[in-house]
Amino acid sequence: MPRRRVPLSVKPLKCIVESLLFVHDHPLSLDRLALILEEHERADIRIALEDLLEDWGSGERGIMLSQVAGGYQFRTRPEYGDYIRRLTKTKGVKFSQSALETLAIVAYRQPVTRAEIEYLRGVDSGGVLKSLLEKKLLRILGKKDVPGKPLIYGTSKEFLELFDLKDLSALPTLKEIQELAPPDPFADQPELPLAAEETSSATEEV
Amino acid sequence: MPIDSSHSNLFADVLDQPYRVNIGEFEGPLDLLLHLIKKSEVDIYNIPIAAITKQYLEYIEILKELNLDIAGEFLVMAATLLQIKSRMLLPAQSEDEESEVEDPRAELVRRLLEYQRYREASGELSTRNLMGRDVFARKFECSEVAELETKEEPTDVELFDLIEAFRNVLARVAVETFHDVVTDGISIADRIGEVLSMLHAAKTLKFDDLFAGPMSRDMLVVTFLSLLELCKLHLIKVVQGESLGMIWLTSTATEEDLETDFSGFDAAPEGSVVG
Repeated sequence: MPRRRVPLSVKPLKCIVESLLFVHDHPLSLDRLALILEEHERADIRIALEDLLEDWGSGERGIMLSQVAGGYQFRTRPEYGDYIRRLTKTKGVKFSQSALETLAIVAYRQPVTRAEIEYLRGVDSGGVLKSLLEKKLLRILGKKDVPGKPLIYGTSKEFLELFDLKDLSALPTLKEIQELAPPDPFADQPELPLAAEETSSATEEV
Repeated sequence: MPIDSSHSNLFADVLDQPYRVNIGEFEGPLDLLLHLIKKSEVDIYNIPIAAITKQYLEYIEILKELNLDIAGEFLVMAATLLQIKSRMLLPAQSEDEESEVEDPRAELVRRLLEYQRYREASGELSTRNLMGRDVFARKFECSEVAELETKEEPTDVELFDLIEAFRNVLARVAVETFHDVVTDGISIADRIGEVLSMLHAAKTLKFDDLFAGPMSRDMLVVTFLSLLELCKLHLIKVVQGESLGMIWLTSTATEEDLETDFSGFDAAPEGSVVG
């Protein structure tokens, strides 16, 4: 891979940043790095990060530098997940459909109240909300200024970390999701093959 | 007619393997309705409400017979379906399904579509590269290390800590080592330059590193005074990882600072102490 020439003073900084990222067990943000490396210019740290992204971007490594939850973190590449699970002897997180639904609704609709979630899901969601709060995937943003002052929920940093999202804008846009839905009155585009697949899988069940 | 066949299929499924059926399969009434709609291969925008309601109620009945707890929401939906069905039977309502009048099914369809949308989204979420399932990161397992880790930012060093550290350095130097009265003849200005270039090369130095090697007491003092001067000039940063821990020095000097002439310091009162 062609190495970009970096000024002499930036070179060790890149290694410093790399070492910090290696050791920390959560994504490190540029802000945090700038705070730690206060003797360095923020712009230089940014360059170092970009260089590192480039260095670790090659597919020939088992590790990648991920931009996640507003920070940077070294993570193993997904294609080696099987091997890691052999090592750690874990099956990894498995979410129930209700947890995933609730997470999706909160992620897209935040700030959102429990009543809104329950209307959308059609079921009581108190239990699943509680457990998602305990797992720190959701957080309480405050209270809505309506009668009853219901709590409003949003997703947490841990949510972004877990689902490998750089930030909330990295969620697949709702428009994409609308396209997945069967004939949408708002979109006059040809039916997607995905919709067809769905129907066929549904019939197989029968 | 597809509805009837699927209806009997549904029944057969359930009766053949009664224990496979449980309410947990469906996240709620919307989920069950979507399932029935898909199964019957009917248009979600034009739900044959009578047929779907019939299937829905039969499903609920079966669940009851199997002594499964039925969540209240399922019954609420049953009532909603029946209400829609009855509204559609009202003579005021046009028989034409493409009617301009707000279809009694409209709200239900909107909810179903909306729900389906979030179901799709939740499917998307679960196929992402999940941390701890598909991707992994380093994690401190050792509790001792984790303990250290909770200590936030390194704390800035108080002057007292520095003097304490210096006292320790002085204590290491045996009294008899400076039997000789010959001075090193190094000025604070020179030593500042030296310390600065050392730091610049190493980026980070332990406090003790500065005082390593055989040094006269005078040299130690000059070095320490240089250190204080550098702190004052904000050319170095002195931090301590934890209380009473190692003291670290880092350079904040730029290339330009290295060129600076520090000779002025020997005229300073500190300089006269050594000179």
